[in-house]
Amino acid sequence: MNAETERMAVEPDLKIELGKQGVFVTTVSEIYNWGRKNSVWPMQFGLACCAIEMIATTMARYDLARFGAEVFRPSPRQADLMIISGTITKKMAPQVVRLYNQMAEPRYVIAMGACAISGGPFKQGYNVLKGIDRYIPVDVHIPGCPPRPEALIHAFMTLQAKIDAQPLTGADRPRHLDAEAQGLFPVPEQGAHDLVPPVNRLVWPLPAPAAALKPGENCG
Amino acid sequence: MSNPYFPLAILFLAAMGFGLAPLGLAWGWARLFSPAKPNAVKNAIYECGLESRGDAWVQFRSAYYLYAIIFLIFDVEAVFLLPFAVAFTGLGAGACVAMLVFVLLLAEGLAWAWAKGILTWA
Repeated sequence: MNAETERMAVEPDLKIELGKQGVFVTTVSEIYNWGRKNSVWPMQFGLACCAIEMIATTMARYDLARFGAEVFRPSPRQADLMIISGTITKKMAPQVVRLYNQMAEPRYVIAMGACAISGGPFKQGYNVLKGIDRYIPVDVHIPGCPPRPEALIHAFMTLQAKIDAQPLTGADRPRHLDAEAQGLFPVPEQGAHDLVPPVNRLVWPLPAPAAALKPGENCG
Repeated sequence: MSNPYFPLAILFLAAMGFGLAPLGLAWGWARLFSPAKPNAVKNAIYECGLESRGDAWVQFRSAYYLYAIIFLIFDVEAVFLLPFAVAFTGLGAGACVAMLVFVLLLAEGLAWAWAKGILTWA
């Protein structure tokens, strides 16, 4: 059964009609994704000031536990979601990528705040990575400096919708069900002037800014 | 059947099954459908983002035993002295002698440490 027929197994209208008659119809993929999206465990690590907002999101006023994500795991082996909460310095980037590599599949990434997306106010700085999606695939970006807890919750709900829409078969299936999918994302190393390599070509298709500059002018 | 704890045993088994069945299902699903993707970075021992360096079999300097002895004298002695002082009026001669031996042993350790000059913080 391919992804298309699996998704068409129960039409939404028919499902609502059956629901009115007290008949509950579902598919394996719906049940599976329902379980997955409501048990996303984030990894417990904060990079900068956005982490304060992330902490506030987990506390009583915003209560991320409503979405099944209150279990912040202190080990990457037990985490499903990496919230890049803040500025990634070039000193820290290899550690972040290594932690991402150590997470079990399926793993998701939320880039929280302007710094995690693009370097933010420190974009011109020599020591700040201009966005974590140069090295690892990011599922949801949240703008803001820092984003409010509501924005993080919105990003989380966006991620839940994304997980819910993933078919279990076909080309769009999640990475943990795909034997061919890439599991190792190269960890950058500290070079003389910049991280080496400056981008991971597999997740960052745009030309690297450093390539357009003369050697010694590297601010990318 | 006549044993009054029999229902408890049934409940215990049900509780075990309730916990183990989802674990077994998850394990079975993972074995059946999820291909394992191990790599060198993922299988690294250290989980803090940093690479582990050197050998885990490091040796601690034996000189730390001095600090252990002084800790015993000043900390553990206080722990025993407080209940001793509280119960002092109700104690017999044997208990007082035993406590005296204990305190003198530790005092001897203190005198030894003092004589050795390790009480001076350099």
